[in-house]
Amino acid sequence: MTDFFEQAVDAMKERFDAQERRFAGEVTLILRPEHLLEAVQALRDEFKFDMLVDETAVDYWPQQSPRFHMIYQLYSMAHNVLLRLRVHLNGNAPHIETVEKIYPNANWKERELWDMFGITFDGHSDLRRVIMPNDWEGHPLRKDYPLGYEEVQFTFNFKEVDRRKPYAQS
Amino acid sequence: MTDIREVSVDELRHLVSERAMTGETMLLNMGPQHPSTHGVLRLILELDGEMVIHCIPDIGFLHTGVEKNMEAKTYQQAEVMTDRLDYLNPMGNNLTYCMAVEKLVDLDVPPRAQALRVILAELQRISSHLLWLGTSSLDLAAMSVFLYAMRERELILDVFELVSGQRMMTTYIRPGGLWRDVPVEFEDAVRNIIRIMPGRFDEYESLLTKNALFLERTQGIGVISAEDCVRWGLTGPVIRAAGTAYDLRKTRPYSGYDHYPFEIPTQKEGDVYARYLVRVEEMRQSVRIVRQALDRLPYGPVRSNNRKYVPPPRSELSKSMEALIHHFKLWTEGFSAPAECVYAATESPRGELGVYLEGDGGPKPYRAHYNTPTFMNLQAMPLLARNHYVADVVGIIGSLDVVLGDADR
Amino acid sequence: MGLEQKTGNMGVVTTTLEQVVNWSRTNSMWPMLFGLACCAIEMMSAQAANYDMSRFGMELMRASPRQSDLMIVAGRVSRKMAPVLRQLYDQMPDPKWVIAMGDCASCGGIFNNYAIVQGVDEIVPVDVYVAGCPPRPEGLIHGILTLHEQVKGEKLKNWA
Repeated sequence: MTDFFEQAVDAMKERFDAQERRFAGEVTLILRPEHLLEAVQALRDEFKFDMLVDETAVDYWPQQSPRFHMIYQLYSMAHNVLLRLRVHLNGNAPHIETVEKIYPNANWKERELWDMFGITFDGHSDLRRVIMPNDWEGHPLRKDYPLGYEEVQFTFNFKEVDRRKPYAQS
Repeated sequence: MTDIREVSVDELRHLVSERAMTGETMLLNMGPQHPSTHGVLRLILELDGEMVIHCIPDIGFLHTGVEKNMEAKTYQQAEVMTDRLDYLNPMGNNLTYCMAVEKLVDLDVPPRAQALRVILAELQRISSHLLWLGTSSLDLAAMSVFLYAMRERELILDVFELVSGQRMMTTYIRPGGLWRDVPVEFEDAVRNIIRIMPGRFDEYESLLTKNALFLERTQGIGVISAEDCVRWGLTGPVIRAAGTAYDLRKTRPYSGYDHYPFEIPTQKEGDVYARYLVRVEEMRQSVRIVRQALDRLPYGPVRSNNRKYVPPPRSELSKSMEALIHHFKLWTEGFSAPAECVYAATESPRGELGVYLEGDGGPKPYRAHYNTPTFMNLQAMPLLARNHYVADVVGIIGSLDVVLGDADR
Repeated sequence: MGLEQKTGNMGVVTTTLEQVVNWSRTNSMWPMLFGLACCAIEMMSAQAANYDMSRFGMELMRASPRQSDLMIVAGRVSRKMAPVLRQLYDQMPDPKWVIAMGDCASCGGIFNNYAIVQGVDEIVPVDVYVAGCPPRPEGLIHGILTLHEQVKGEKLKNWA
């Protein structure tokens, strides 16, 4: 890792009390939700992490606090380094501030996270479903949402499944 | 389930201008089934006459639930699903997934496998760009380019069928290397391709590059600057056509790409024509990479020897007890990965394709997230289509190289 | 000298109305452009020069459902797309046929989850299922020829 990168990581650790984890050559900084916006602003303006590569979330149900981990991947084009930020969110009514004002391409990413996980983004300009149909209920990528598995038709249960399957009449 | 829900315009009030509410401008639905949308993309266009004022993309018509389905399968089974995401780049999807798994479990890849991966990924890039060339020219009414491009693509698909038995969804690149070694006819087939392709690229260029109609329809359309590309996270030929030479094969090289010198084509204008030129030049550079990789192809195994993650060859099963046990464990339960997270990215023909993979100590991925280029590129569609005619929107979608399997996952 | 040769010399051909109508329907069946996912790429390959589909009369792929006879559902149908599919099927005029191309359209394919309709025959009645993931262009052409055989066997009393 370059000096510049180490400077950025150290600055984050002392300013926002971030914990650091390293694995397989990648660095993850664990931040608190209230520090997120400041940290991201500082990373973009001072440390030139100008591209938001990815924004996603992981669900750790049945563990309720924290239940969701938000993950931000930031990339610096000038220095060619990737940094990952992790933010812990609680289970009931998870919400966090949007980074859309800092990185415009977070718009659809956050809509997708609302769609798939039910995480509300405060201050988002247009929070509605993007991948599922508009009237869908539930948030599919949560761990307590069922896969929607349909029973596979083998020879022994062929007729039962056939009877229950909704075929189109014409 | 099969009833269409009536949507009122009020839901889109915050996205369209006031004039749409009074009826002064028209809201046109360029629906999911449309010959030029390259898949099931729905665009809601607000039109003032023929000029587009706002453009609202509506995706999700090809949502497959791959991310959730991968959590229910072991690492080996989940790879089959990754082929079908960006269905024009199945080798690239496999490669990205395998790189993430190899990073997670710290698996080595022998040099012959790396070189073959490079050859196959570049052939896949050429085939994807050929299909892009054919379909986007078809949208701009150059029909013969479509037939020529598909003819060349058949040669590349024949090579894929030669190595793996399947034309498109090969699942040939597996964690630890490749499924099996390439047959002897592979080298001749690939040499045939790289011998004739540059001549064919000249043919396509002679049809399109200086064609007055093509220039009229593509120059100055859908312009985006390099700063906007970085702000909106656009990668791939879009940012290279805007001037920045950002290519993951050079900045964060993987699978031995740093052994093969090649150029990154860039243009300055950032319009549809610039993206066309960048992609055609990329095809030529891909041929160059394939030639170098084929000339320097090392001998050796094509899959790692680490039997904890890679199944042993069938010939060993009758001779060695450990091989039998490893085979049994891998095919029933699968290998386990540590409870850590990794991010691996490659340069797909559309841009940066990344996989965020998190394990939980068990045989199934806890979270597999795909950061796909089309999802990012489509966000900038409203920006690109503003103040253009409806006919230009078709050209812009073609130039972004939209593949909806990538966007909807 | 048989009756056929005598009438053939006079320029007269005898056949049944059924045969003529069925023959004309098979030889100029216009497919609707309904490529959804990976199978659409193989459908395009089947349309292109190497595995030509226009030798079976399917030169034109009509984008508008009002002008097409055959809907080749090529690709996976998600729950969001299902009502659109049904609406397009309803907009097609009779006689119409449906080919479910590929595993995802026939039975849901490898995607057994909340987002994919498990077989397009839950939405529209299917005439021919073509298996494969994706089926080779020759497989699709075999499916189309099977449909042609089926159409040639249709009876007059079924049209009314």
